Amino acid sequence: MKRELPFVLVFIFGMFMLLQYFVPHEKSEWVYEFFLAWTIIIGIFALALGIWSLFKVSVDKIKMHRPGWGYSYVTLAGLFVMIAFGFTKRNGDAWGLYHLWWILGLLCLGAIMQVRAETNTGRKKMYFVVSLVLLAATVAISIFDNTWSFHFYTSEGLENTLFRNFFDYIMIPILSTMFALLAFFIASAAYRAFRARNLMATLLLFAALLVMSRFNPWIPGAEYVAKASTWLMNVPNLAAQRAIVMGIGLGVIATALKVILGIERGYMGKG
Amino acid sequence: MNSIFEKFMKLDRRWIFLLLVIICVWAYKAKFTIPILIEDETRSIYDFIDSLPPGDIVFIAIDYDPNNLAELHPMTYAIVEHCWRKNLKVIFSALSQNGPGMADQAIRDISDSMKVDKEYNGVLYKGREIKNGVDYCFLGYKPYYGLVILGMGQNFRLPFPNDYYGTPLDSLPMMKGVINYDQVACVIDLSGGSITDAWIAFGQGKFGFPLALGLTGVMTAQYYPYLGSGQIFGLMGGLLGAAEYESLADNPGRAIDGMRVQLFAHLVIIFFIIMGNIGYFASQRRKKREEV
Amino acid sequence: MDFTTFLWMTFGVFVTLATFSFLYKDNPFYKFAEHLVVGVSAGYFVIILWHNGLVPNLFQKLADGDWYYLWLNSSEPWYIVPAILGMLMWTRFSREYAWVSRWPMAMYIGISTGIAIPLTMSTYINKQLYATMTLSFDNFWGHGGFNLLDPYSGLSNLIIFVGVISALIYFFFSKAHEGWFGRVADLGIWTLMIGFGASFGYTVMARISLFVNRIQDVDDWGKVAWNSTVEPNPNYSNWFLVVFWGMVLIIVVYIIKEIVQHFSSKSKAQTQA
Repeated sequence: MKRELPFVLVFIFGMFMLLQYFVPHEKSEWVYEFFLAWTIIIGIFALALGIWSLFKVSVDKIKMHRPGWGYSYVTLAGLFVMIAFGFTKRNGDAWGLYHLWWILGLLCLGAIMQVRAETNTGRKKMYFVVSLVLLAATVAISIFDNTWSFHFYTSEGLENTLFRNFFDYIMIPILSTMFALLAFFIASAAYRAFRARNLMATLLLFAALLVMSRFNPWIPGAEYVAKASTWLMNVPNLAAQRAIVMGIGLGVIATALKVILGIERGYMGKG
Repeated sequence: MNSIFEKFMKLDRRWIFLLLVIICVWAYKAKFTIPILIEDETRSIYDFIDSLPPGDIVFIAIDYDPNNLAELHPMTYAIVEHCWRKNLKVIFSALSQNGPGMADQAIRDISDSMKVDKEYNGVLYKGREIKNGVDYCFLGYKPYYGLVILGMGQNFRLPFPNDYYGTPLDSLPMMKGVINYDQVACVIDLSGGSITDAWIAFGQGKFGFPLALGLTGVMTAQYYPYLGSGQIFGLMGGLLGAAEYESLADNPGRAIDGMRVQLFAHLVIIFFIIMGNIGYFASQRRKKREEV
Repeated sequence: MDFTTFLWMTFGVFVTLATFSFLYKDNPFYKFAEHLVVGVSAGYFVIILWHNGLVPNLFQKLADGDWYYLWLNSSEPWYIVPAILGMLMWTRFSREYAWVSRWPMAMYIGISTGIAIPLTMSTYINKQLYATMTLSFDNFWGHGGFNLLDPYSGLSNLIIFVGVISALIYFFFSKAHEGWFGRVADLGIWTLMIGFGASFGYTVMARISLFVNRIQDVDDWGKVAWNSTVEPNPNYSNWFLVVFWGMVLIIVVYIIKEIVQHFSSKSKAQTQA
């Protein structure tokens, strides 16, 4: 039951989808559509796992005072603020006590974390009282402030200005800058790693230099360099990549067959 | 002579970083443009969209995260503005985790720039208000992109009962009678990851719609085989591809603007590669001499 | 541009520079930006999954049912099944019941591998083989006269054919790469190297363009800041300015601290030597 049933399920679902592709029938098409809709729902629940474990790791880090635990507050603050923004939207042009509300909410969460982390009983009690007061204030604002409201069942929160600003001015700059760091590492790799040691490395370097110079208007014969690099992309590169694609395709099919037939079982984990 | 190169090899890499920053910022501030040679791969996408009659639907899949926005956002801006100026309708989807935010931002920005009159390739286009449900429909995000792409082939409403903003698809005017890919003129996938493979295998492979790709530079070379076999009808690669589209559409934006930095940064990197190789051979020769 | 947007842009530039400071060395500003973005993207994803996933695809399907009938009286009660299967995924957190989470995973894996087999076969293999085998030698030396750099000439087609076959032979390990077979395999690896080189060239371009985009963003902010096209917002300006200059102060103090530390450790090392 623990080990065998999953493999039976993989076999049944896999064979159904395989046969359905070759013999599309009205009835099987109906089941097929249900499977597609259902898997999306399962996927949502599965992805929630990742977010929960991020939450748990951060909370534990604060509780145990592991190195860098202070930064976990930043992570948790970002997480909760974004969720709060996604479920709320202002009704008119005024913000009212909205900003006070989310800041108090964050402070309340911080106080709760401190209650969990604190070992001194006196201070534990103090943080407990503080968190209760902050909670009461947050709840009071959400009940009595009419300038904004909660939207759980409709997606107004996605159009909340703060929700958009957090994406546009926090997520976009940081995420794109983190990847922009790679520009520097490729530059330092360029003079340490790319050596024309033998014929193969020379060919690689030559192709790379040709592609990198394709839009350089100042080198002699610029037009021919551009044409040569187009030819290189469309002919030898195409041939190489096609061989790789076919290799990958064969690998994917072999693995998929092994999974469906229960030969490959590593993906299920131990136990 | 040898010792200079060998010293260069042992240089702290932070000096290299600083040199790159200085060159890039200088090139960005310098005022010159570099000619952009248009490749057939990009031209075929432009020609395809340009030849569509007004009212046709183009499906644009925004499958990238902020990590790759540098290369793919300019493509999105150029293509979507081209579509809307040509009075085409656009369906957006976003199958990567942070894709919805990218699409949301692009739609807001391009809607703003559509409000003014502009001249492209000698033709004046009147500014107009872009309306959700009339000019575009933004489907939003769902997990497991492969199965979502298959699901959309049955009916867009199967994975996406509502659009991103929570409106049921049936209540959007432009989605009346639009069931699946059959009602769409082409799909353009702008992607920075493996979602492209799903669009080729599960989308074009199963439903046979015309598919074009806009990819990050890292991925570009890997997708030429599909161009050769006719599975995709166009391919834009990296910032260069975006710049090509911008110059075809006569709508210069961030890609053309960035090409001169690109040029100088490449020269710096080529210089590093050459210096590195000279240093390598010099030290090899010295080793040999010492052995003798 | 209104003042609030300008302040948001300012914060964007601040976190950009904070992230770039990693190039010098790891520091609290980089750590702050890193932890902030992890939290914010997780929160963003929660909201997207909720509004774009759970609500339209599950809750609204069961909306006409009642909770005290466990939604079994709704018009599409079978949507409870994936919800239950999805919740079974959460047994992963328990050591004792983790095996239950294999059922929904088995369903997903079965469905995705089952559908992948025929489609992968046709996309990655059949169509690629077809494109390689249908050799056309028309315009052998190039369209409209002699042109070796014509990618669609008959000669180029022949080169693609030879390249694909030799690269495939290189991947074929069941026979030792010796004699003529080995030589063809060598040709294959040369082709592959050209392919990797092209990939590398494009990768350099990709990485640089990421940096170019950052320069453009900072420059956009600079244009707004220096040409002062900002309309002041009387409600915010004073408080936000305090926050802004407070931020600048923290950075300056940190840099001074670093410099002092750097020199004091250097002089210590010298006295020890």
